[in-house]
Amino acid sequence: MTADAHEIHYIFSLLLYQFSTLYKKSTKRNFMNTCRELKRTPLYQIHLDLGAKMAPFGGFEMPIQYDGIIAEHVATRTACTIFDTCHMGEFRFKGASAARDLENILTCRVNSMEIGQCRYGFICNERGGVIDDQILYRIASDEFFMVVNASTQSADFAWITGHLSHGVAAENLSESTGKIDLQGPGAPKIMQKLMRQTVADMKYYRFKYNTYRAERVLTSRTGYTGEIGFEIYGDPQLIRQFFNDCLECGAKPAGLGARDTLRLEMGLPLYGHELDANRNPMESGFTRSIDCAKQFIGSTVVCGPGNVRQTLVGLILSSRRAARAGDTILGDDGTHAGAITSGSYSPSLEKAIALGYIEKKYGIPGTRLQVDTGRQKLDAIVTETPFYRKATCRKNIAEFL
Amino acid sequence: MTPNDRKYAPTHEWVKIDGELAVVGITDHAQESLGDITFIELPKPGMKVEKGKECGVIESVKAASDMYSPVSGEVAETNALLETSPETVNKSPYDDGWFFKVKSIRHDEIETLMDASAYEQMLKNAE
Repeated sequence: MTADAHEIHYIFSLLLYQFSTLYKKSTKRNFMNTCRELKRTPLYQIHLDLGAKMAPFGGFEMPIQYDGIIAEHVATRTACTIFDTCHMGEFRFKGASAARDLENILTCRVNSMEIGQCRYGFICNERGGVIDDQILYRIASDEFFMVVNASTQSADFAWITGHLSHGVAAENLSESTGKIDLQGPGAPKIMQKLMRQTVADMKYYRFKYNTYRAERVLTSRTGYTGEIGFEIYGDPQLIRQFFNDCLECGAKPAGLGARDTLRLEMGLPLYGHELDANRNPMESGFTRSIDCAKQFIGSTVVCGPGNVRQTLVGLILSSRRAARAGDTILGDDGTHAGAITSGSYSPSLEKAIALGYIEKKYGIPGTRLQVDTGRQKLDAIVTETPFYRKATCRKNIAEFL
Repeated sequence: MTPNDRKYAPTHEWVKIDGELAVVGITDHAQESLGDITFIELPKPGMKVEKGKECGVIESVKAASDMYSPVSGEVAETNALLETSPETVNKSPYDDGWFFKVKSIRHDEIETLMDASAYEQMLKNAE
């Protein structure tokens, strides 16, 4: 191999391949986006000023890390971090039959939601595959706010509006909405300092409108890290100001790299990895987000008998050496048992962890398996998720104020 | 600053002559690009390595990357510290974070590698 070819290969392996594993399935799409033109969030310049490493994700140029993934991960578990999540999609639906329509579109129960409550659920196609995962906010009995993934946002909106009744107004707010995730045990104090109304009454998976710098923002006690924290939605310029205020209050900026290791330690799915258009969400194990007592698009497949062939499991590897998405999982007799969907070194466990779909018979915690990385076979053991057991997200907020 | 007491390969490894041995590691630019290093598989003592060929794996939080040997020869010794503390490479890529030492080296082969200023120029050109 010539030096030039080698160099190109190495630079690729250093600068691109390292992120292609993180978002393996979207790499091709992202490269195409690079050609098309990547979008930038309102915080783009702040990320550059903070020295972030940027990479394409979901059609946006996003910060992958600032100081380092492990430092940002640990800061989220022990202190407080802020994530730019402006790339995500937001919709609003309003109308007398909005609740009934969403009941048909989503796998989770909608009509039992109280005003001020958030609920996680899936949007399925007729074949019972997952179009996206989302969080629904009930603003009023006839009004809802929905948060979806960046790369699927426009397809989601087209699908949903195609299944709404006449008289239900749908608005895609993705371009006009800024979003920040403030996460970690230090988050409630920072929120309390920056918001006019108290946050002491905020329960897990509940939201309320608050006032920040005399403007209205939507705040929810949700997140993707396992730690107590908030997602804040508002005008993009206002959100930029909020990001800076959080930095001044001592929150550390964290990128998509830490966001991925944090969610992985919690066993949370990432669309495009654990969920996709061909995956029955029942196999993911998030059965509490699927209400088979009602009918919804795809329910005959999702809830049908005999349609759960595989199961999503957590795996703890025997060393720091990680399994990666696409690696084969082998049973103890060497037979093909399934495939890894996400894998990384876990900063909290100081060992490699992974999620993967396997044949149901291998899914019992304690089962010993192997992961074939193509280079070598790594020993792994099936483990209940979350991998990380000390997460604070469900705790009483009073402990943190 | 890139140390002047050693040579550099276009694949971002450095080689420092130490008597009959060549000490090998990766550059500050390489560790910075990889991010937090979590696991390193080094070639075993006695193993033959060849200039420009794969000889191990470096894993960071997000990815596995191939390790290339910048020199040909036989592995004499490896850095045991990296088994338990691979993050040493992030902290001290040019000193405590060395990878392995090679014997039976060919000095003419090492002479063809870049010096510090040529390596820095290469990085600048790649920007």
